[in-house]
Amino acid sequence: MKIHEYQAKQILGEYGVPVPQGFAAFSVAEAVERASGLRGSVRVVKAQIHAGGRGKAGGVKVTKSAAELESAARAIYGMKLVTPQTGEEGRIVRRLLVEEGADIRSEYYAGLVVDRVSQRVVLIGSREGGTEIEEVAKEHPELIHKIVIDPGKGVDPLEAADLARKMGIPEAAVEQAVRIFGSLYRAFVEKDAMLLEINPLVLNGNGHLVALDAKINFDDNALYRHPELVALRDLDEEDPAEIEASKFGLSYISLDGNIGCLVNGAGLAMATMDIVKLQGASPANFLDVGGGATVEKVTEAFKLMLGNPRVKVIFVNIFGGIMKCDVIAEGVGEAARQVSLQVPLVVRLEGTNVELGKKILAESGLPIIAANTMMEAAKVAVEASKGN
Amino acid sequence: MSILVDKNTKVMTQGMTGKTGMFHTLQCKKYANGANAFVAGVTPGKGGQSFEGIPVFDSVREAKQQTGASVSVIYVPPPYAAAAILEAVEAELDLVICITEGIPVHDMIDVRYRMRGKKTLLIGPNCPGIITPDEIKIGIMPGHIHKKGGIGVVSRSGTLTYEAVGQLMEVGLGQSTCVGIGGDPVNGLKHIDVMKMYNDDPETEAVVMVGEIGGTDEEVCARWIRDNMKKPVIGFVAGLTAPPGKRMGHAGAIISGGEGSAEQKIEVMESCGIRVTRNPSEIGKLVKSVL
Repeated sequence: MKIHEYQAKQILGEYGVPVPQGFAAFSVAEAVERASGLRGSVRVVKAQIHAGGRGKAGGVKVTKSAAELESAARAIYGMKLVTPQTGEEGRIVRRLLVEEGADIRSEYYAGLVVDRVSQRVVLIGSREGGTEIEEVAKEHPELIHKIVIDPGKGVDPLEAADLARKMGIPEAAVEQAVRIFGSLYRAFVEKDAMLLEINPLVLNGNGHLVALDAKINFDDNALYRHPELVALRDLDEEDPAEIEASKFGLSYISLDGNIGCLVNGAGLAMATMDIVKLQGASPANFLDVGGGATVEKVTEAFKLMLGNPRVKVIFVNIFGGIMKCDVIAEGVGEAARQVSLQVPLVVRLEGTNVELGKKILAESGLPIIAANTMMEAAKVAVEASKGN
Repeated sequence: MSILVDKNTKVMTQGMTGKTGMFHTLQCKKYANGANAFVAGVTPGKGGQSFEGIPVFDSVREAKQQTGASVSVIYVPPPYAAAAILEAVEAELDLVICITEGIPVHDMIDVRYRMRGKKTLLIGPNCPGIITPDEIKIGIMPGHIHKKGGIGVVSRSGTLTYEAVGQLMEVGLGQSTCVGIGGDPVNGLKHIDVMKMYNDDPETEAVVMVGEIGGTDEEVCARWIRDNMKKPVIGFVAGLTAPPGKRMGHAGAIISGGEGSAEQKIEVMESCGIRVTRNPSEIGKLVKSVL
């Protein structure tokens, strides 16, 4: 789960990480009204969407007067922000973060990730703050420094100080950096985060380190023990189809092709998308119905796919294991009837009771195109998608 | 021969009295030598009861002492699964297979930390389990699609493994042992660990390695294969069409920070001498062609 920058800063503030004074505004009027409560005269207006690259896309403005602030808030609030991370469709800005300006002397990068190789949390630091860390990693890997954190001890102060020095943080601020790293790690573990980035972490004119931006992604599997995080979820930032899917235990991701794919199992679902691509077409979605492809789940899955006007054909690829093919065939037939399916339906069944399953589909009276292998099914589906 | 488990393995089921645990324990018990293999269940507070003639114990330690079971399979719900794994580790079992999907990643980091220096091996979590055809099935895979033979299958995904097995059967090839290592980012055995076992197993003639996007496990394994493997390895990596930044079902199946793409994995695997197919429909045929 993702949250907004202002929410991430609030959480980090509670853990003792220095963040700029600021507030979230849900309207231009609120932004203008409450800005007078901030220190100094320079204010920054930042679009709050769940995607990076906001600055370059015009979603962040520095203002020096009340009039400037109002015009910046007007310009950003409600705008459609298109960044490399939002895709072409962009995101409408519905929330603003208004903050005191920062007197930036240096910019650094600090991040925490779950590292699959060491199977531990890794703290990453770089002197190249304010730019995409992936770019730095590609162009200047020597500027990326890491420490692997021992889960039994937490952040080691000596290692943290060493990291801070490698990042180019001046000696006078190393102590602060060590404290911040420790706080970031505590927040990361206690809140079940998967990714945490402070980019940039800045050194201001007073010699203080401040988290000028903050991003935290949480582990969906741990949300059951964090009602306080669930409350931060912003459904406006999520794909409605993906939200609907999650209600029925379906794993769904919208893509830009026209072949709707319904598969059991994540790996097979990806492989099905791949084989569609091999046949020269593109999948409209990733959809994993899980192990039990029940009538209810398949019906909801059909509804989801058919809600996408681009879908020209539905390709069902199920490997029946414990869930037998005849049961699945009944489910697919029933679901197709319930949604009065208008697009071609290509079904490939394999596994337990496959012959019986095929017979049920053949005798269903539905215009189902049956296929024996994934390859054959993909070919037929791609052909059918061109016919419409 | 086989790897990790065979007809003499004695298994306990942690979480046997739950719905999933009961169903799959029964399926496993019915498969090949299962009736002799599944000797105990563990559910705290339900010791003294029994299910289908299998005695239930309060703790893993007790189940081990009373029945001699050295392997455990876990169906415990996610909030309690990490503790269940650790209980099995503390009881010094040889192998723990965790089927449970949805364990928080920080719980698994803690589990892996506490497992260091211990003898117990872990498969999973979020995996279908392990099967040595015609001998023993421990997990949720359909047993009857398998038969005994010389192909090892190691995979991060469930149904895609069944697909690969189905294709092997189509070309008349049985399997030595099939291992589903699971789709989570922090887990037990990795491709490389299982590959080493296949290399040492006289019965395994060739190996199918099924990977997916995310992480670098396939690359690490590929480099080991290049330098050490004595048998042909066939590969497939799911997710060539997966967009970056999106989690494709499995918690571990995500391309992030330019790392973990299928294209990159395939490139490394091919450069290490692994025959990789981009067509998931041709896994079986490709294996047949290298034997």
